[in-house]
Amino acid sequence: MEKFKDFKKRTVIAPDGEKIEIDPMKDYYCDAIPTPRKDYDKIPGILENFKNWARSESLWILAYGSGCGAIEMRPLMTPKHDAYRYGIQWRPTPRQANLLMISGYLSVKTLRIVVRAYEQMPSPKYVMGLGSCTINGGMYWDSYNTINRLDHFMPVDTYVTGCMPRPEALIAGFDELKKIIRAGKGVGADKYAENFAWYKENQKKILGDVGLPEYSW
Amino acid sequence: MNPIITKILYALLTVFIIWNIGMVLNGFTRKVYARVNKRYGIRIYQPYIDLIKNYSLDTLVYHGVMYYLGPIFRLTSGVGMVLFIPLIYGSEIFSNFSFAGDAILILYFMFFGTLGMALGSNETGQPYSTIGVARGLAQVTAAEVPLVLAFLSVFIQNQSLSISEIVSVQQGGFMHWTMWTNPMATATAMLAYLGSMMRSPFDVVLAPQEIPIGPPTEYHGSFLAILSTNRPIFAVAKTILFVNMFFGGATNWGMFILKATTLYMWSVVTGTIYPRFRVDQSIRFFLKVPLIMGLLSILLLQFM
Ligand code: SF4
Repeated sequence: MEKFKDFKKRTVIAPDGEKIEIDPMKDYYCDAIPTPRKDYDKIPGILENFKNWARSESLWILAYGSGCGAIEMRPLMTPKHDAYRYGIQWRPTPRQANLLMISGYLSVKTLRIVVRAYEQMPSPKYVMGLGSCTINGGMYWDSYNTINRLDHFMPVDTYVTGCMPRPEALIAGFDELKKIIRAGKGVGADKYAENFAWYKENQKKILGDVGLPEYSW
Repeated sequence: MNPIITKILYALLTVFIIWNIGMVLNGFTRKVYARVNKRYGIRIYQPYIDLIKNYSLDTLVYHGVMYYLGPIFRLTSGVGMVLFIPLIYGSEIFSNFSFAGDAILILYFMFFGTLGMALGSNETGQPYSTIGVARGLAQVTAAEVPLVLAFLSVFIQNQSLSISEIVSVQQGGFMHWTMWTNPMATATAMLAYLGSMMRSPFDVVLAPQEIPIGPPTEYHGSFLAILSTNRPIFAVAKTILFVNMFFGGATNWGMFILKATTLYMWSVVTGTIYPRFRVDQSIRFFLKVPLIMGLLSILLLQFM
């Protein structure tokens, strides 16, 4: 196949130092560097607006609890707050989610998984950061094992402040995000694609070369 | 107009109507679940928005040919069922392409989609998909055994493999329904129906808490959208098949919707009140009570 003709076997180093040879044809990851969406900014109009409306009214969250703020996501599903009625639903797999909620501090260990989950989500995808930890590190700003600025590693569409933010604040955050999406400004995935080298560099500075595939969608 | 073209146009219209009924039922079902949990629940039209959104997401990943074909097979099985079931008894145009012996074809269609899905999601290599597929095939096969016995029982009773004929025998009043003339087969089929609807207690296949979402774990964007286009069609088609076989069929669209909804709710109500079976438990369940009931229903026919 034309697309895969220059596929060669490559060696990666697993987290425990072992060298593994990966046959690309058996690899589950895609080989292409992300590209910005074609229709973004170029064909605005009724159809794109309609699509954006649908995207904003159907936010599927990747339920990935990365910090203590994660605890505030649970009440959202329960009778008191019931986010389902705003079109917000939880999906257990990154493939089906279009909103990644980073619910607080990210340790170096979880960052790797979160980046991978983010890359696996189909674009257009959005990121929402909860709590001061995602903005400036919060109480962990000088910690050795957490990162202190989320938007150095992936584009963030909206932040919800608080330590930790209450469920009401989260719902307000969803409203804000919906407005951004409807205005056609939910283009985080395109920013990620355009500045891919910069984001990867930042990620590698923290993670080192630990055998994470370059791109994993 | 050429009669075959008219027929095709009406067939497309039928699929569209069935799809809409399925979508609304889908939203309604989730509302019922939410109310049982004391929540307000989604908006009834949320499934439509979700579908539009999924169609407008990118699909980026290449997993192989079968990965593409999986959702298509699934859709084919749903649409195929609709096309070959005589939906409205006595109506020339809404009997679609039903023919003598169509019941066998439909039984195949019911399993075909599951197999296509299994092949497609296995191609992704995602371990959660594989677990879901293994569970799904085991469970569907176990539920299929009593289902086929119940159907056989009805075939023997009517000496016919044509759904239209089976429906026509049941006309002329409530007491002519298979439900009364062959209660054992009906009871068996109703239990098998629960098994094929993937709701509690038989929803371990998708088990979102343990194996993210089972077979469709890797499906996203328009693939997922094709799958969720099929889901309402398939569910309603299956329900209508049962209505035709056991509950006298439908003579107009009002009757159709009423009977389909009532039967559909049987799996919803059961789903809200029962917890989940493990795979081994559900297989054991199907191979015990429903299997014996199915055999009995065939045996009983000999003495009637
Ligand atoms: S912002 Fe506060 S609640 Fe949130 S992760 Fe940081 S320390 Fe925890």
